Amino acid sequence: MQKLLIKLTTITLLAQSLYAGGADDPLRTMLLMDKFEVLNNSEATKEWEGSFYIGYDIDKLYVYSTGVATNDGLETSENELVYSRAIAPFWDIQAGIAYDKNTNASRTWGEVAIAGLAPYYFETRAALLFNNEGNVGLRLDAEYEMLFTQKLILTPSFEADFYTKDDPLLRLGSGLSSIEAGLRLRYEIRREFAPYVGVTWEKTFGNTRNYDRVNETSLLAGLRFWF
Amino acid sequence: MQRRTFVKGIAATSVLALGQTQVEAKTLPKISNKDTLSGKEFFLTIGYKKVNITGSTAIATTVNGQLSGPTLLWQEGDTITLHVTNTLKKSSSIHWHGIILPPEMDGVPGISYDGIAPGETFTYTFKVNQHGTYWYHSHSGFQEQTGVYGAIVIKPKRKEPFTYNKDYVIQLSDWSDEKPESIYRKLKLSSDYYNFSQRTIGTFIDEVKKKGLSKAFGDRKMWNQMRMSDVDIADVTGYTYEHLMNGQPSSRPFMALFKKGEKVRLRLVNSAAMTFFDVRIPGLKMTVVAADGNHVKPVTVDELRIGVAETYDVIVHPKKHKAYAIFAQSMERTGYALGMLTPSSKLQAKIPKMDPVPTLKMVDMGMNMSKMKMKKTENTGMKCASAMKMPSKDHSNKKAIKKYKWATMEAQKYPITTLPSAKGVQTTMTAMSPKYRLDDPGVGLRNTRRKVLTYADLKNRYSTRHDKKPDREIVLHLTGNMERYMWSINGIKYADSKPLVFHYGERLRITFINDTMMNHPMHLHGLWSDLETGDDNHLVRKHTVIVQPGSKISYRVTVDAKGAWAYHCHMLYHMLGMFRKVVVV
Repeated sequence: MQKLLIKLTTITLLAQSLYAGGADDPLRTMLLMDKFEVLNNSEATKEWEGSFYIGYDIDKLYVYSTGVATNDGLETSENELVYSRAIAPFWDIQAGIAYDKNTNASRTWGEVAIAGLAPYYFETRAALLFNNEGNVGLRLDAEYEMLFTQKLILTPSFEADFYTKDDPLLRLGSGLSSIEAGLRLRYEIRREFAPYVGVTWEKTFGNTRNYDRVNETSLLAGLRFWF
Repeated sequence: MQRRTFVKGIAATSVLALGQTQVEAKTLPKISNKDTLSGKEFFLTIGYKKVNITGSTAIATTVNGQLSGPTLLWQEGDTITLHVTNTLKKSSSIHWHGIILPPEMDGVPGISYDGIAPGETFTYTFKVNQHGTYWYHSHSGFQEQTGVYGAIVIKPKRKEPFTYNKDYVIQLSDWSDEKPESIYRKLKLSSDYYNFSQRTIGTFIDEVKKKGLSKAFGDRKMWNQMRMSDVDIADVTGYTYEHLMNGQPSSRPFMALFKKGEKVRLRLVNSAAMTFFDVRIPGLKMTVVAADGNHVKPVTVDELRIGVAETYDVIVHPKKHKAYAIFAQSMERTGYALGMLTPSSKLQAKIPKMDPVPTLKMVDMGMNMSKMKMKKTENTGMKCASAMKMPSKDHSNKKAIKKYKWATMEAQKYPITTLPSAKGVQTTMTAMSPKYRLDDPGVGLRNTRRKVLTYADLKNRYSTRHDKKPDREIVLHLTGNMERYMWSINGIKYADSKPLVFHYGERLRITFINDTMMNHPMHLHGLWSDLETGDDNHLVRKHTVIVQPGSKISYRVTVDAKGAWAYHCHMLYHMLGMFRKVVVV
C-alpha cells in the first residue's frame, strides 16, 4: 500500500513520461460500470454495480460500488476501497475497508478479498468482511460471458451474501442472506459502450426474511460502459 | 517552418491523390523516384505531419515528411554520414536495423546514446561493411508505430549471383489513427480488445457438427480450463490497423511496373509495429534470394510469412502481359496490404480473398503431439489439458524429447550458462515439450496447398563450415501473461533485469524457448544471428528470428563487437518488457 502510494505520488509529481524506467507498466486508471440499469419492479428501482482502479500490473487501488436507488432516493449501497495485489497469473488478493449504507444506518467493515479469473473464464470475487459488532460477512460474485456474435454477449451472473449475525439496522440476517442471479444480453456498439436488456431474480433467506421478504424476478434495461 | 510543412503536406496529398497514375517506382539501379536518397551524406528530419490514411486526419511522426520515410541507398564500402534532426516535442532516435556498426552509432536511447533531444541534430557516421535490404526506425517510445521508418538498400561491391531487370522496395507496415499509448493502455485494460475473431456459440455449433459433441466439447474445455484462447493470433488487428505497402493503404495500391518477361526483384521489409504478413503473388512463384539482407540458396515458393522487422529479397518472373496482386494478408486475417505488379497502371489485378481465421493448435503450446497421438483417447482435449504444464502443476516429462527431424540440433551440447529466471504473476504457461519446428510454416499456413517458405528452406548461399563451434550456450525463455498483457524474458521484465553478459571473441549459442502463444521476432543488435536450420555448414545469417509459439529455436552469435547492445522482441507492445541489454566485455 505504502509502496503504491509512494509510486503514485512520484509519478504524479514528476509527470514521468511513458518511456522512462518501467515504461512497460504505465500508471493507468479504469472505470467500469458493469451494471447501470432500471428494473421493471413496483418501485422501478435503479441499480448500479461498478469499479474503479488506479495502478499498475501488480499493484492497484480499487473502489467498488453497488447500490439500489428508488424515486425516494438512495436505498442501499455497498462501497469498498481496497488495495489489490496480483499474486498469481489470474488472481489478485485485496484488503481494505467497506462501507454499507441504507436509509437508517451505515456500517464500516474491514475487508479481505480474492478476485480473478477462474478456469473456464469465470470472473469471480469473494470478499470476507468483519465489523466491530462482531459480524462477519461473505459476499460471493461470479460472472460469465457467452458470445453469440463478436458484439452480442450474454452474461449470466450470480451473487450470494452470508453473515454470522443478525444486523437489524442494516436489515441483514445471519446465515445465507440473499441470492441474486441475472442474465444480461448486451450489444457492444464499441467495446466501451454496450446497452443491454436482461432479467434478474433476487431472493432473501433465513432471518433476513424477517426484515425484507424478497422473492422477485424483474426485467431490466441498462448500459454497460468503461473508460 | 509552419508554412513550409503545410506546403509539403499539400504536395504529398496531391501525389497520393494521383494514386495509380503516379507510379512511385523504387526501381534500382535507376533511381528516379523522389522518395529515395543516395550518396554518402544524408539529411533526415523527424517531424510531425498531418496525414489522411483512413479517411480521417491524424498526426504522424515522419522522416522528411514522408510515410514510409525515404529509402536510403548506400554503397557497400562507403563511409556514410547521416545528420538526423529531431523537430518533435520529445526525444527521438533512429536505429539502423540489421546494420553492423559501432555501438555508439546504433541509435538506441539509454543503451547507445541519450537519444536526440527536441531541436537537436545527431550525426551518425560509420563504414558500411555489408549489402542487401535493411531498414531504419525510431527506437524511442512508440514512434515507429506512427511513421518513423524507412528502407535501406545497400548496393554490393561485388556482382550478386542472380540477375533481374527491375528492383522495388516493398515496405509493409501498419497504421492506426489511435495514439499508440492508447492502444497499449487498452491492451493492458483488456488484452482481447482488438480481437473480433473470438469463439462464439456459433463457432461451437459448427465444431460440434464437424467433430462431434464430445471432441468439440473436449477441445473447448481444454482451452477454457487454461483460460487461453486458440484464436488469440494477434494483439492488435485490422479493427484499428490499416495495413500499408510503401505507405499506401490497399484502397490506393502501390504500383510496381514491369515489362512482360522482365525479372523483378522485390525487397520485402516488414516495418509493422505488430503485424506479421503472409505475402504471395497469385500466379507467380517467388524465388527467395536473400533473408535479412544476406544471400541464401535460392528457394522457390508460393508464399512467405514475414515477421515484424524481417526482410526478404525475392525475384519474380512475370511472363504474361497482365497485372498481378502483391497480396500481404495479416497473419490473423483482419486486413491486408496490397500492391500491383503490372505492365501498365491501367491494368488492375484481381484481389484474392483472405484465408479463414486460423486457430492455434496444441503444438503451439509446446505440447508433445507424437506422444498424444500414441495414447489416442476419445477426449484428446482432456489429455492435453492434464499434460500441459501450468504453473500450479509440476508435471515433469523427461521422455518428451524423442527422436524427430531436428534431433541432431537437440543433441548438440555445449556448456550452458544458467541465467536468472522467475515465475509468478508474469508467467502463465510453460511449454512442456518445446520442439524445433523449423519446417512448420506456422499458424494459418499449415494446410494451404501453396508452397510456403519455412526456416528449414533457408540455407546460407555460402559455406559456414569454417565458423567456430559454439563455446557455450544460453537458454532464453520468452514469457508472458496474455491476460494481464505482461511480457518478459525468463520471467523477468526489462525494468527488473540485469544485462546479459557476452564475452568478446566467443561463439555463443542462443536457444529460445517460447513459453507463450504468440510469435516473437527476436532482434539482436550489433551482432549477427547465425540461425541453425538443419545444416551447420550453411547457417543462415539473420538479424531477426521468429520464435514460434511453444517452439524452440537456436542460433549462433560470433561476439565480435564490444559495447552495449539491445536485444528484444520486435513486437512494439511486447518490447517494453521482453527486452534485454547485452554487454559485450
